[in-house]
Amino acid sequence: MRKMILAGLFCVSATAAFAADAPHFGVAADPARVKAWDISILPDGSNLPAGKGSVKEGLEVFTAKCQMCHGVEGKGQPSDRLTGGIGSLTTPQPIKTVASYWPYATTLFDYIRRAMPVNKPRTLNDHEVYSLVAYILSIDGIVKKDAVLDAKSLPKIKMPNRDGFIDRSGITH
Amino acid sequence: MTKNTTSRRQLLKAGLAGAGVAAAAPAARAQDFVTPSMLTPGKPFSGYGMPASYEAGVKRLVGTPGISPGTGSSRTPLEMLEGIITPSGLHYERHHNGVPDIDPANHRLVVHGLVNKPLEFTMDALMRYPRVSRIHFMECGGNSGGNSGPNPPQLTAGGIHGLLSCSEWTAVELGPLLDEAGIKPEGKWLIAESADAANISRSIPLAAAKEQALLVLFQNGERLRPEQGYPLRFIMPGWEGNLNIKWVHRLKVTNLPGMTKDETSKYSMLQADGKARQFNLVLPVKSVITRPSGQMTMQGAGFYEISGVAWSGHGRITKLEVSTDGGATWTNADMPGPVLPKALTRFRLPWQWNGQAATIMSRATDEMGNIQPTHAEWVKAFAPGQAYQNNGIQCWAIGADNSVKNTYA
Repeated sequence: MRKMILAGLFCVSATAAFAADAPHFGVAADPARVKAWDISILPDGSNLPAGKGSVKEGLEVFTAKCQMCHGVEGKGQPSDRLTGGIGSLTTPQPIKTVASYWPYATTLFDYIRRAMPVNKPRTLNDHEVYSLVAYILSIDGIVKKDAVLDAKSLPKIKMPNRDGFIDRSGITH
Repeated sequence: MTKNTTSRRQLLKAGLAGAGVAAAAPAARAQDFVTPSMLTPGKPFSGYGMPASYEAGVKRLVGTPGISPGTGSSRTPLEMLEGIITPSGLHYERHHNGVPDIDPANHRLVVHGLVNKPLEFTMDALMRYPRVSRIHFMECGGNSGGNSGPNPPQLTAGGIHGLLSCSEWTAVELGPLLDEAGIKPEGKWLIAESADAANISRSIPLAAAKEQALLVLFQNGERLRPEQGYPLRFIMPGWEGNLNIKWVHRLKVTNLPGMTKDETSKYSMLQADGKARQFNLVLPVKSVITRPSGQMTMQGAGFYEISGVAWSGHGRITKLEVSTDGGATWTNADMPGPVLPKALTRFRLPWQWNGQAATIMSRATDEMGNIQPTHAEWVKAFAPGQAYQNNGIQCWAIGADNSVKNTYA
């Protein structure tokens, strides 16, 4: 009888050894790494960096670094068309461009900074990125020709197709 | 050996020279029928085995690159494969700026944003967590996009639908890692980002990610292939390929979606009314007959096994019907199994072809009751040229001339 109880106790302790607490192998993230890596810009403009850029400066950067793929005034070829097409989405030939289709200007900043130019991504500084957004949006008159964009003014831009999307995520904000 | 081969050739030549003298030729000796492979010691062992040299034609269909050499896609040759698992080297690729070379010793996964304790994980740390192994398909949101155009593209099954593969993924579940960091109540989205030159980022509803997301370490038993995200890939089983972030290095908990380029300008579905469906993330029910299929040549009337694959991001396939008369009548195909949720499911149906023109097609139903629409029904809902998530029924027109062509009805 005593032996049986002892055997029972051994079983309990053996089971406990396999019911370990959830492992915790993450370590505190290096704040410098997080700061360097966090390039996500939200549509409310949060996390936009300091700096500013004008349409005029943007034209210079665009001509030097973007035009060879996106064409004069962003008309496209060989790569994506960026401008024009506003009002075309309901026609038999919809033209999806930054100007006609993209719902948020913050997306343009986020994307240019993280991925462009394709042959040298992450080489544009924040001033250049602001200026490119200003220039590209000025071509269709979404911003004025003398616009200067920064963290405050950029998220306020209302893109022509802002209300053109049906959110299927099921999440409400 | 060489001598034997030569003598056999001579015999054959003699045979070809004149059937009339065949009777006079000496009877073939037993040794002439001995398979050459049985007469010589074979090749030695190899560190990593490769397919037979005779199978060299079984390759991914590499498309014309886009703006940079690694921008574009390669497709799985579906019609050349069997079962439900795609060999790792034939898994489709869709890269936005090439395949990076990442040393796992230097790779980190950062979990930050609306969390109590921002964390980083080395690969060694991730390898210590409990693992799960699951078989799931992966499909690009743009797969089958060619069938959205006005004319059916005359390509193989893989050429049209080959941005589709299926693997056994062994992974660490994301949920416990999010618990470890401690999600703040205002967190609703998770932005996942890659460490390649495209720095792709996508926003995933946080509750779904906590429940379903996997951090993949192994594919079909071995470590992930570089083209599939080595050393770490974020996957949401059954959700569109683009958000299954390869080379994942950062997960940020946020209150809003990022509205990133790939979830606004791309992978959103422009409807016929000019509005676009966004965050339409779970892939629809779909199927394709891979044998016989486009560009194949039939071998005359007689027996054929019709076979193909079906899949749904919503769960298991529950029914697979085949029509061989252009959709007039349908027959349930056999699904011998395994029939797994969010995985390719193989179907088979014996068929006697009478040699006359016939249009064959397959129609899948999933456990949520979703049924594949016809091509015409699918096209009608969207703007001209809208090519994402095309799950219209694939029809193959078999001709009396033994040809097999893509057709819309």
